[in-house]
Formats: sequence, structure tokens, C-alpha cells
Amino acid sequence: MKVRLVDIAHARSGDKGDTANVGVIALKREWYPILVRELSERRVADHFRGVITGSVKRYELPNLGALNFLLHGALDGGGTLSLKTDAQGKVFSTALLRMVIDVPDAEARSLGLPSA
Amino acid sequence: MKQVVRVAAGQGFWGDWLEAPRRQVEGGPVDYLMLDYLAEVTMSILQKQKERDPKMGYARDFIGAIESVLPAIVERGVRVIANAGGVNPVSCAQAVKELAAARGAAGKVKIGVVTGDDLLPRLDDLIARGHALANMDTGEPLTTVRDRVLSANAYIGSTPIVEALSRGAQVVVTGRSTDTALTMAPLRFEFGWAPDDWNKLAAGIVAGHIIECGAQCSGGNCLIDWRDVPDLANVGYPIVNAHPDGTFEISKHPGTGGRISVPTVTEQLVYEMGDPHAYITPDVVADFTTIRLESVGPDRVRVFGIGGGAPTDKLKVSIAYRAGFKAVGTLVYSWPDALEKAQAADRVLRERLDRLGLRFDKIMTEFVGVSATHGPLAGQPNADLPEVQLRFGVRGESRAAVERFTRELAPLVLNGPPSVTGFAGGRPKVEEIVAYWPALIDKTEVQTAVEVIA
Repeated sequence: MKVRLVDIAHARSGDKGDTANVGVIALKREWYPILVRELSERRVADHFRGVITGSVKRYELPNLGALNFLLHGALDGGGTLSLKTDAQGKVFSTALLRMVIDVPDAEARSLGLPSA
Repeated sequence: MKQVVRVAAGQGFWGDWLEAPRRQVEGGPVDYLMLDYLAEVTMSILQKQKERDPKMGYARDFIGAIESVLPAIVERGVRVIANAGGVNPVSCAQAVKELAAARGAAGKVKIGVVTGDDLLPRLDDLIARGHALANMDTGEPLTTVRDRVLSANAYIGSTPIVEALSRGAQVVVTGRSTDTALTMAPLRFEFGWAPDDWNKLAAGIVAGHIIECGAQCSGGNCLIDWRDVPDLANVGYPIVNAHPDGTFEISKHPGTGGRISVPTVTEQLVYEMGDPHAYITPDVVADFTTIRLESVGPDRVRVFGIGGGAPTDKLKVSIAYRAGFKAVGTLVYSWPDALEKAQAADRVLRERLDRLGLRFDKIMTEFVGVSATHGPLAGQPNADLPEVQLRFGVRGESRAAVERFTRELAPLVLNGPPSVTGFAGGRPKVEEIVAYWPALIDKTEVQTAVEVIA
């Protein structure tokens, strides 16, 4: 089953130099393992291909049901150098939530995941 | 010892809501008002102001904030802690003193001033003694840009603020204190936490991180259920209700809008986060993977379980340097074929800049309404868009080249693609870029000092 990330998680993003961070938080605690399994560094790097120039690093926060991603080379130099509208990476959060993931039907049903 | 100490956040950045400090002091009982004014590049802006006038170089908004709360803090004994001093905390404190005198509170408000973070006068000496102050992102030594440096400040911790409080200061003004130290210092002071009680200090840092962006933890900029966040016009800013054991609750004043819940606090916890296992501050390294949150009532979240460890022997240094010039301008193209028109205008503009022989480090085009914020992730636009904004920016070393670019946008209104409007703002402004250079310095090189004036 196709599941839209925006239907199972919320997020906030910010900046540190030329790096954007995106914290992704499961809307229900029991959905957190789905995020851990589906949102690998590689998957997120693929998602942002053509948008960021650097690598992706992931950290897990099971205590908050959240993942933290560092997206390097995301902000055209960052801060005052950047010419971008989103020079401080404020809406990389919603850009990540555009992702659609595949979850096996039975598992999606048992977890009550909303279908895309 | 008090069993609860209440620290209210009244300002999340320089430019935040002017009403917030007064609402925090008058809206209910609080012990401390914490005001955070400094972002990464704020120090350089303040340094430029100080070069023009040696009495300036601090966040002037802070004087207005103090004016708005002065009678209430004098009457109730609320203490104020702010990093509003920027590159001139002494002049900032002097301005507070003069304000108090002008408002009939002469001598009633003791002001603590924390100095020692400013490394600019010592920069050449530090470099000569072998401190490379290498850029933490690129590894380049500071000598690469030394002649263009505008400001250099070490991020200092809670210790000098604790000292100012213990010497009776009611208002404490600092320069480049870490944002989190402004909240942690009063907890250390009130509860007598030892300087190596890592778990409690880490709790103070987490408390500071949650409230340092003001309403961003109490319903502001909150994505989850955003339509249902009540009464944002009357949003309540957050308050830390801290206990001696290092646990605390986040709340806001009764009758205010916004929302404090486990999800709203979680969104703020992940904001501007790096490695959650090691949130490094001058006082302690906090482990954000230990934080536990629990809803304990309407708009009240308990935070507990926090662990931390010993800090490093370095301080982070925030250096700002001149890095060329930039300008960004916009034009709006309407239906029909709004995006195609904007794209055609972009091509015309680029060709003209090229024919003029103008060279830039970067030329960037965005189509606002189509792809400006999410780029290719936004997918194919609706063919029937009512309008698209062309947003065009250049960056380079030459002020003259950037200046020349700003003259090329307006002509497109008459000599470019049709259905164009939205030029009322005039020519784009040329801005000098002041860039940020993060570095590290040995702690032993930075000595802070505290002065208390009345």
C-alpha cells in the first residue's frame, strides 16, 4: 500500500551553516518503526537528489518517536550567502513529507496506516 | 530552597513580538524573564553599528522591552536575563541604567554585565600564538579571510550569569552567551547545582532549548493539527517550571492562545538539532536521546529523565567576515502561460547579463508559486496558474557588477515577455554579504568578567 509520509508524520526543519536539519516525528508512537525502516539515509538522499549537493546523515530518537536528518549542502552556502527563498531551510520539513512510501498491505492495515 | 523556579521566554530572536515580554511578566507569576536576541549573523550587524557609533552595538529592542516591563519587575522582583549586549554589553547596561533613572527607578535596578566573549581585539595575537581558528565546516584557517573579519565572539556558558545573579543583579546583560545558558543559569543559581552535576545541567540546557525560540514550542510555526491551534493572535509564550531534581514542566499563562502538548514540544526539540547524543554547550554535553515527555494537564508537558556528560575543553567561536555582494529582485507574470512567460524573462535576463560581460559567483532563478521552496520535488505545476513570481538573484565579489544587475530588471517590464507586473518595490537593493565562520578555541583562552552597576 502507498502511504504518504505527510499522513503519518509531522516535521520541523532548521539550519546550521549550509546544512539543513529535518526532524521527522511519527504521529503515532506505533508508526515510528515504519519511519526507521523506510526512511534510510539512502532513501532520503534519493528524495533530495537535485535539491542538495552533499550527503545525508540520520540519527534516531526512539524516546521522541523521531528521526533527525542532516542534509549537507542544502542551502546555497547558507545564512547570508544564500540567494534562496528558503535560505534557512525552514521548509525542508514539508519537502521531506512529500515522500510516498510502500508498506505491505497486511502490516499497513494492522497499524491503521492511512492509504495515499 | 525554592521547589519551583519559573523562567519565562519573552523573545526568541531579535525582531520577535514586542508584546511578548510584557505579557510574560504581567500574565501570571514568573521568577525570571529570559530574552534571546542573537542569531548567527546578528553580531556582525551589531559590530557594523558600533563602528559607526561606539555607544551602539547592542540590541536596541531590549531597551524598549525593559521599558515595557520596568514597573512590574521592580514591584514583583522579577529578574531579567538577556544576551542583548551584542558586541557592546557595557553600553547596553548603561542604557538600561539611564532608562531606569528616567522612569523614577534610579538605583532600584542592579544591572549585571558579562564581558569577555569578544575576541576581535585579540585575534591577531591568538593567530600568532598558533590558534588557527579553522572553519569547522571547511577546515580552512582564519588567515584566509583575516583582513575581512568584522566580529569574533566566543559562545560563553552559564557561569558568569550565575555570578551576576549571586551578586544581586536584577537585570543581567551578556554578549554572545549561548541561548540555552540564559535559561540554565537561573536554575543553577536557585538550586545550587554543582558545576559537574551533568544530568541536572543537561536538563537546564534542554529547558533552554525548548523555550529559546519563544512561541515555536507553544503552537507557533507548529505543523501538527495547525488549523486547530487555538487563538494564535493571543499566543502564550512558554514558561519553564523547574524543580531542584532537574525535572521541569513547560506551561504558558492561563487565558492565552496557542498550545503546549507533547507534539508541539517535540517539534521544537528537533529544531536546529545536530547529533542528538551530543548537544555540545560550554557547560555540559546534553544527550537528547534521554529526554522523556509526558502530558500532565491542559497545555502542560512534563520533561524528565535527561542525561548529560562533561563538556569539551573548547568553546565555539562565531566569526563574521565580509564576503562580497548580492541582490535579489522579483517580477510577477500573470495568466495565461504565467510560468512560460517567467521562464522566457529569465532567459532574456541571463542573456543580457552575459552580453554585458558581468560575471558572478552565482546566479539563481526561482519561480515562486511553482518550485521556489521545494524545487523539483514540487512536481509538474498546474498549467492554468493565475500568476508566477520570477525571483532572480546574483552574488559576487564586485559591487559594481551586482549594482549593474539591479538596473536590468525594470526594463523587462516594457521590453520583455508580456503580462508583467509587481514592480512597485523599485530596483533591488545591493547588500553586502556578511558570512559566518564557525571555529573552536581553547577554553583557557577566554576569560569572562562580571560587573554589577546600579
